[in-house]
Parts: sequence; structure tokens; C-alpha cells
Amino acid sequence: MNPVSDLIKTLADQYGRNRNNLLPILQGVVEQETYLSEFSMIEIARELDMPASEVYGTATFYSFLEYKKMGKYIIRICKTITCSMKGKNQILLAIEDMLKITVGETTPDGTFSLLQTNCLGFCHKAPAMLINNDVYTELTPEKVREILTQYLNKRKEGGQNGN
Amino acid sequence: MATSYQLKRADFIFKNENDWEDVLKKNLSRQPNELINELISSELKGRGGAGFPTGLKWKLSAEVKDDTKYVICNADEGEPGTFKDREILSLVPFKVLTAMAICGYVVGAKEAYIYLRAEYFFLKPELNKVIDEFHDFCKKINFDFTIRIFMGSGAYICGEETALFESMEGKRGEPRNKPPYPAISGYMNKPTVINNVETLAHAYTIFTYGAKRFYDLGVQYSRGTKLFSVSGDTPKPGIYELELGMSLSDFVSDFGDGDCKAVQVGGASGFLVPRKRFAETTIGYQGKLIGISLPTGGSMMLFNSSRSMYNVLDNYLEFFREESCGQCTPCRVGCQQLLKGIKAVKSGEKNAQYLDKLLKLAETMQFTAKCGLGQSVANSFSSIVENFREEMIY
Repeated sequence: MNPVSDLIKTLADQYGRNRNNLLPILQGVVEQETYLSEFSMIEIARELDMPASEVYGTATFYSFLEYKKMGKYIIRICKTITCSMKGKNQILLAIEDMLKITVGETTPDGTFSLLQTNCLGFCHKAPAMLINNDVYTELTPEKVREILTQYLNKRKEGGQNGN
Repeated sequence: MATSYQLKRADFIFKNENDWEDVLKKNLSRQPNELINELISSELKGRGGAGFPTGLKWKLSAEVKDDTKYVICNADEGEPGTFKDREILSLVPFKVLTAMAICGYVVGAKEAYIYLRAEYFFLKPELNKVIDEFHDFCKKINFDFTIRIFMGSGAYICGEETALFESMEGKRGEPRNKPPYPAISGYMNKPTVINNVETLAHAYTIFTYGAKRFYDLGVQYSRGTKLFSVSGDTPKPGIYELELGMSLSDFVSDFGDGDCKAVQVGGASGFLVPRKRFAETTIGYQGKLIGISLPTGGSMMLFNSSRSMYNVLDNYLEFFREESCGQCTPCRVGCQQLLKGIKAVKSGEKNAQYLDKLLKLAETMQFTAKCGLGQSVANSFSSIVENFREEMIY
């Protein structure tokens, strides 16, 4: 069986098959797969016995539930007022320059996706960004390059272990 | 710079005396009515920004007869410039859980949720540990109460209470019509008390030290203390607990960088106060006779003279355009048109008088939008355009 179908079954067993369990299940799939494919949404609809259009309608409402294929690490730069005032664009440029992608894109090897997001709640330590669930604050172009290098190294090591 | 201004600092919220077990036991042995009256007499108002009397909220829910009721802690802290709730949940989570349990006891609810925004996912493991410890103690004293975390998924609008219920029910986070109010019909259409994280932390203070201690702080109509999230052009950004009723000029003397031209009070959905109005503006809830009194969720963003208020407004409007749930037309189309409008005026495509049309549109949104998001866009829009019109034009 497809691993995503297994995952969805497991999540449905864990949370339940009612409508009010939909969000935790969607979140569980995104946690594993980084995004919701059309296939996953249809599977979820089948598992919860509800229209696929309702699953799609709900999933696409939330900005943290991606429905396009995403990289292993999703970088979300805060673009709201204080971060924007304190040099968000420089951080963005540094990342774009280093990874050779622009906002909304994923690196060809599928390691990073770059997105902008609304207020992360770290205005006193602006500029801030999330990489998956980890927060990085008081960023400078140098600092952000170091952080990304660490992720790249981690990815390389992971790849070697995988071989 | 001297620091002898009239800001009254306080330290209740983050003072950790590790006495939550005693506070919980003591209060569970009191009569629900007595607890509600204590909360009402403290005049605690909702600290999320709307300022509804908390005691009354509990009372309304307690009066409804239903076997199933819920208590929800709103930790969907999405207002730009606000970050106090995260600090409370990471430093003194037991206070919040204890207040939730006391609330459950008062209204007759056995199940509770913390709706935590997706951006704060990193708090979840630690918070779950604390909740487990809390449950163990509840079992020990034979008090049947369960708290669960419900994760949000990145939608500002879900901080609106009825949108939050919809989200928890597995739907798009679109606000409902009110009434019915959550106290009567909330999550799963059951009576629900929904309080902001900070409100619950204050309730803990009240149930620990008594209503009078809280009531004696602040000013008339605005009792007690409040956490302020200070950011922007300030030498000391961070979270500060201050007594309500302070004047904005005192605040700026303390927190400004000496060149403060305006302060945004209450986040993007709040008001921008220009320098000339600092002296007559106080921070608290409505009802003051002299000057302007601004309610707030505690977001204070300072701007110095190097900032263009056009860029600030542009940033806010882009935020609202993205975060509008799209359900009602005034908000969905209004946000888009306001943003498009100021860009057109800036580029010269429209003349300066077009701003007056946009002000009317903002006013229309205030009257006709379904929920607080659409209604409050006019707050920042009008206060910025009226006070910094020249910056909008050229």
C-alpha cells in the first residue's frame, strides 16, 4: 500500500474520524510529507467519509498547510512591520543569493523552500524566521548564511548515512 | 535620561512563587458564585484587546444549563507586534492551566483546550509535559479536568473566537454571526468560555491575592496591570508589565529613542497616534472623560522620524489583504481596494482627493464587515491617512 495512505490511516486511528479531527490529520500529513498532495486530500476525504472538496477547501485556507510540493526545510521569513523595518529584505536577499531561489521556489535538490509569512511574534528580536518549526531571531545576512550552512551540512551527513 | 516618569511597573504575571497547587486547592473549595463575584469585583477585562469583562463571561456561561461545556485558552497570538502570550506560556504555564481549571469548576466544564498558533509549535513539547504534570495533580485531588492542545495552522483570523471554534471543528476559519455568543453557544455549539492567555494569568493573580489587590492598580474603568509588547524604534524592545491608565507621552519618554514620531497602539488593527497627541492619549479601556483612551492587546510599536508612514500602512494593508478570510465582501474587497488605492495615489495614477474616497470605504468596512478584522482595518487606515496625509501623497 502507498505509504501516505498508511500514514493517513494511522492518523485517523489516532485522532478519530470526525470532522473536528480534520485539522490534526492534515497537520500530521504535512509534518511527514511537508505538503498535502491531491492524492492525500482525496485519501483523507475517503477515510473521514466527507467530500474531497471540503478537505481541499479547509486545507487551502491555512497558510501552514502547503498544497504544493515543498522542500525538506521550509524557510518562512517574517515580513510584517517590525521585521520589515529591521532589515527583512537584506535577509531575504542573502538567502536568495545563497540558495539561488526566489520567494515561493524550492531548490532543485528539494532541500529548501523559501516563503514569506506574517507576524511570527518575535518583533522584539526582529528580523525573525522559521525553518520548519525552529525559530531564528535577530538575523543578519552573516548569521543567516551560517544557519543555512548548518542545515546544508546536516542534509549532506543525512544523505551519506542514507547511503 | 532620567527614568522617574510616571510609568508604574508591576510584577505579577511573571512572578513565580510555585504555589499553583495551593491556589488551585484553595479555590476549588470555594463556592462558584463567590469566585465569579471576586472576578467581577476585580473589574478584569479581556486582555486580548476587546476588553469584555471576564467575570461576566464566566457568569453567563455558568448560568447556562448544559452537561457539556468547554473552556478554551486563546493562544492564537497573531496581532502584529504582540508576543506576550508566548512568554507567559513558556515561563508561567501553570498559572494559565490553574486559571483554566478554576474556570472549569466555576462554569461546570470538564474539558479544555489551548488553541496554540502554528508559529509557536516549538512550545508544544514543553507545554505538554506541564499539562501532564497538571493532570496528575488534578487526579490526586479528585478533580476531573482535561486540558488538550489544539494546534492552529497559520491563520490570523482564527484568533477571532468564533473563527477559532470553526477551525477546531475542522473547517475554514470563518467567523460566525453573533449572537449567539460563545458563552451560550461556542465550540461544538456548546457553552464555551474563551479567554486570552494573559486574561487567565491575571485571573490567577486575582484568585491568589484577592480582587482588591488587582482593583487597586490602574485607573477607573481600566483596573489592574497589563503586559505590553514593545517593539519598533526603541532602545529596549521586550515585554513589560505596566499599570493601565498611563499616558502615552510618559510611555514614549521611557521607551522612545528620543525621535519618536508615532506609536501604533494595539497592533495593525489598532490606532496610530502621532506625536502631537501623545499627551492626551492614555492607554486603557473606553470610558475616560478627558482625552482619548485606547484599548489594546498590548502591542506598542514605535516609529521614529526615519520611517515612512506610507510604507507602514502598505505593510499593514498587505497583511490584512492576506489574512482576510474572504467570507464577507466589505473586508475581502475592501482590503484589496485600500491597498490598491494608496499605491495608485502614491504613483500619481489617482489624485490626492482619492484618499477621501478610501477613507469613506474604510468607514463602510467598519460598519458592514462581519467580524473584528474587517471592522478594525479602518482604525489604522484612518489614523495614518488623517495624520500623515502628506506622506501618502508624495
